Amino acid sequence: MTTLSDPPAESFKLSMLVYDTRYRAITFQIIALIAFLTLVGWLANNTIQNLADLGKEPSFGFMFEPAGYDINQRLIDYSSQSSHLRAAFVGLLNTLLVAVLGCITATIVGVIVGVLRLSGNWLIARLMTVYVEMFRNVPVLMWIVLCMAILIESLPAPSAFRGDDPASTMKLFDSVAITNRGVYVPEPLFARGLGDISVFGAFDISLDLIAILLVLGGSIFVSRRIGKKADATQEATGIRPRTWHIRTGVLLLPVIVLLGLLGFHFGYPELKGFNFAGGTHMRNSLIALWLALSLYTAAFIAEIVRAGILAISSGQSEAAAALGLRSNRIMSLVILPQALRVIIPPLISQYLNLTKNSSLAIAVGYMDITGTLMGITLNQTGRELETVLLGMLVYLAISLSISSVMNLYNNRVKLVER
Amino acid sequence: MKTTVFLGALTVAGLAAGAAGAATLDDVKARGTLNCGVSTGLVGFAAPDDNGEWSGFDVSLCRAVAAAVLGDPTAVEFVPTTGKTRFTALASGEVDMLARNTTWTFSRDVDLKFTFTGVNYYDGQGFMVPKALGVSSAKELDGATVCIQTGTTTELNLADFFRVNNMSYEPVPIETNAEAQQQFLASACDVYTTDASGLAATRATFETPGDFIILPEIISKEPLGPLVRHGDDEWGDIVTWTLNALVAAEELGVTSANAKDMASAATDNPEINRLLGTEGSLGEMLGLGNDWALMAITAGGNYGEIFEKNIGENTPIGLARGLNAQYTDGGLLYTPPFR
Amino acid sequence: MSNTHADTVLFVRDTMLPQEEPPSSTVGPVGWAKTNLFSGWANTLLTILSILFVAFLLQRLLPWFIAPTWHADSLSECREIFVGIARHHEGACWGVIRDRWQQLMFGFYPSELYWRPILALLLLLVALGPVLFAHLVPSRVMIFSVIYPFILPWLLWGGTVWVSVVTLAGFAVGYGVYKLALRAVPDGFAVIIAAFGTIIWWLYLTGPIANGLASVLPLALEPVASRQFGGFMLSVTIGVVAIACSLPIGIVLALGRRSDLPLVKWLCVGFIEFIRGVPLITLLFVASVLLNIFLPPGTNFDIILRVMIMTTLFASAYMAEVIRGGLAALPKGQYEGADSLGLDYWQAQRLIIMPQALKISIPGIVSTFIGVFKDTTLVSIIGLLDPLGLATAIRADTDWNGIYWELFLFIGVVFFLFCFSMSRYSMYLERKLQTGHR
Repeated sequence: MTTLSDPPAESFKLSMLVYDTRYRAITFQIIALIAFLTLVGWLANNTIQNLADLGKEPSFGFMFEPAGYDINQRLIDYSSQSSHLRAAFVGLLNTLLVAVLGCITATIVGVIVGVLRLSGNWLIARLMTVYVEMFRNVPVLMWIVLCMAILIESLPAPSAFRGDDPASTMKLFDSVAITNRGVYVPEPLFARGLGDISVFGAFDISLDLIAILLVLGGSIFVSRRIGKKADATQEATGIRPRTWHIRTGVLLLPVIVLLGLLGFHFGYPELKGFNFAGGTHMRNSLIALWLALSLYTAAFIAEIVRAGILAISSGQSEAAAALGLRSNRIMSLVILPQALRVIIPPLISQYLNLTKNSSLAIAVGYMDITGTLMGITLNQTGRELETVLLGMLVYLAISLSISSVMNLYNNRVKLVER
Repeated sequence: MKTTVFLGALTVAGLAAGAAGAATLDDVKARGTLNCGVSTGLVGFAAPDDNGEWSGFDVSLCRAVAAAVLGDPTAVEFVPTTGKTRFTALASGEVDMLARNTTWTFSRDVDLKFTFTGVNYYDGQGFMVPKALGVSSAKELDGATVCIQTGTTTELNLADFFRVNNMSYEPVPIETNAEAQQQFLASACDVYTTDASGLAATRATFETPGDFIILPEIISKEPLGPLVRHGDDEWGDIVTWTLNALVAAEELGVTSANAKDMASAATDNPEINRLLGTEGSLGEMLGLGNDWALMAITAGGNYGEIFEKNIGENTPIGLARGLNAQYTDGGLLYTPPFR
Repeated sequence: MSNTHADTVLFVRDTMLPQEEPPSSTVGPVGWAKTNLFSGWANTLLTILSILFVAFLLQRLLPWFIAPTWHADSLSECREIFVGIARHHEGACWGVIRDRWQQLMFGFYPSELYWRPILALLLLLVALGPVLFAHLVPSRVMIFSVIYPFILPWLLWGGTVWVSVVTLAGFAVGYGVYKLALRAVPDGFAVIIAAFGTIIWWLYLTGPIANGLASVLPLALEPVASRQFGGFMLSVTIGVVAIACSLPIGIVLALGRRSDLPLVKWLCVGFIEFIRGVPLITLLFVASVLLNIFLPPGTNFDIILRVMIMTTLFASAYMAEVIRGGLAALPKGQYEGADSLGLDYWQAQRLIIMPQALKISIPGIVSTFIGVFKDTTLVSIIGLLDPLGLATAIRADTDWNGIYWELFLFIGVVFFLFCFSMSRYSMYLERKLQTGHR
């Protein structure tokens, strides 16, 4: 009989930190930590000493001083007397605007091109290949500059609209003006508007917009309830009551009534003085950046989509064809939903790339956060350390939020998997 | 010093190649070249030709300083800088001096800790418009679209000008002069604003310069000059007095052609003698050779010659001397005496 | 009755009929066009629209493209040529390319020394031989690949050869230290100690020793300052240096990210995510305006080296993810096999895991390189004279002020040729590696 006895209690020896695998991990980590802290300390020490030599106190006080420069593209109120902080915020909103617009367009174009590259039409497939290879293999900065140049050179100047026999005319029943300074489209206006509400005393949000959104939300809720009720009736009786006319009415009528109450009308752009006045002005810089980023990223997305579709085994489409589905329905009902699982992770990184590439806006004078905070503000105040670090933090925050939101979505799509 | 250009620079991370110290003159002499910050390309002021040789109005100043210090006008490394990187390049010691259309302002001098060593071009911000627009004064520009170069003082001046006159405008910020030119020619903006010299230089290269006019209003003072780091007065003096020597040479009639002859024997003008080192020892006071000014002048000529060669009326740019004439001709160039 | 069959049938064919030609509408160009271009009304419509589109583009662009301006010396001369042949001024002015193509390629590199970057590029292909054309090149060339990173700087920057030699000797020193340390401590620690030894050698001993050797036996090329680099040579140099330097860093980061040690893991994750979360342009701003603030007072090395450092950091984060992908793609059995042989962590990595993981990662590394190479155009924003920066500088010359499309077209085409051939090659490699792995 063997008796189970406790192993003799080992006394801890210093050499065990090196030789004993249980403790070795800790030793490694301590070495890593010391190395890391030394590096950070060294950098911080250098920075403090260098700044002292230059006579610059790191401080963010300058952010609250008047910026002194104007920004053309702005989503919130801003004048040259506003603070640098507000200028940075205007820039941030511009970055987000072009990123969101770009991601949407790039996805649409990318999916279409990716599917068309597999098309049976030889010419179309080749053209799409040429497009993809052209855009993928030339730097995005060149595309941005090129798009801007093409817009400027090929579109008519506002002066071409002037005179009795103008060289250009406005499109769509005189409501849209396409010029080389940008595109002017009608803007929604309210004759009896509710005014604006000020949030934190910093931003104005239109009450009209809130009211419309509220009513629309209510309508959608009611319409869904009607749909659910119809479902229930169908389950119980087997006959689905006709609801589409009621639902359309519920969706549209309240909003139309509200718009009528608010005195909704369009403000059309008009040639006044040097420029068009009235209407919403989408500037060239925005359009060029948006176009270049979307087309460039779409080329990558097309490849991702193509790879995703090719990854679905041909048995799937054959089975769907055997069920009698037409080819476009095979694509939308069978192939794409499955391909989505392969497509989404690389798609997320393309969205991130697009957002980061939007920092090249400076090349066409679009005032994003690189142009305001890390551009003019840096130039005018000479605060390199503060502005660049702040700018990097902002980008980091944007990137991390995009990737976490998209990862959440990715996880939801993943659940469908076997 | 020449043994380790690349890996040497890497290995010195801890050892410090040291250039940002106090004695810039010693560094330049030890290195054998002058590092001079210029713009990445501005017509007439700084541009590389097909051999990679830089030339232009600002470049000539770098060459004059190199000639004065090292005796060789070609011993210059030109460091192209943008509006954003120029001050850091100077502050960090990457360049010894900056000759890049930089406006002398209070905050740059005081807050950013630089020393402006004089003015080599008196400029002011102006407006250029196409004749077809029918505008004759900047006060009529309400609602106009204005092209500006970012990273300069022009943005602030422009904002102030329109605010003070209670007019609205649409700024179109642009990175480089070349892009601005393209937009302006395509009428993507009504007005192009920058320093008047830049406007003239830009207009000169248009296919039909006559179709454009520069409006009479000059909305700011833009004294452009070379600058060095704070705290090295000896080096600052060298740059200041090299510029002064070029100006004085013009005033005294010393040119690149006759400077050698004048220096070979004392002339009857004592100031020329002091300038060219045949009398007194002004050069030694600066820590340079006594022929420093002679070298600077023979490098590219006196101020007037440099002006005429790069941006003057006989060049495509065709700038008149205007404010940049000698005080005797009604201009602002007035150098302190060499004494 | 069956045997009467032959009699009752009047005619029996005993030879096959010659095969009919397929209907003329399904073969030949017509048939091909019918199946590939005009199958169904939607396809026909698409085809016609595409043809119209291409025709429109060609009709707009070709007249501009074909212009007898190759020998013009300035833009105004181009305009005169167009006036001379009584044509609109709309046409390309190709003289600028003839005048400046060397500058766009080599920047301000002294023209009598052009053989050095060209030789460096050719040697790069040789050095990559064992990786890219494994079946054609004897594996002994691998030794050259290892020393190539030390030949490259010497060729491009010039100066004494001893710096490269002594730096290379750092590895021998490191190996010696490793062997010595192995007597006292286990493998992992020995690696760390060897790394320290090598770094100290590089930082503090390389300079003096190289200078000493250089004074004894001066073997030197004419030095060229990095400021004279420009154009595509600058882009390629930044790209190659960044990728070469980021490979070891990327491996370390990738291993760190997969490490069981939480602290090491989080440090690596933090670094990778930080770099990947910010745009390259902000890192270049750091290089241009902040790096001097972070380094010891008085340290000063030129902007191109600073840019290379930041690009290397940028590339290493992406490289780490590529290699992590390669590590993840290895079958678990490889790890377990290594364990069962009794190899410890470092031995397993060195002998089993890394060789295979790196092989799988090669296509990813190539596409990272393409990305970094394209991104080098961003350095024009901080004032370096890469092809785009040079385009600005060239347009500031009074001769060429106003030139636009010609330069961009040339730069774009060169970029396209570089990147397209690399991406094609990487696709070929991917196919080759895939079959090898199934």
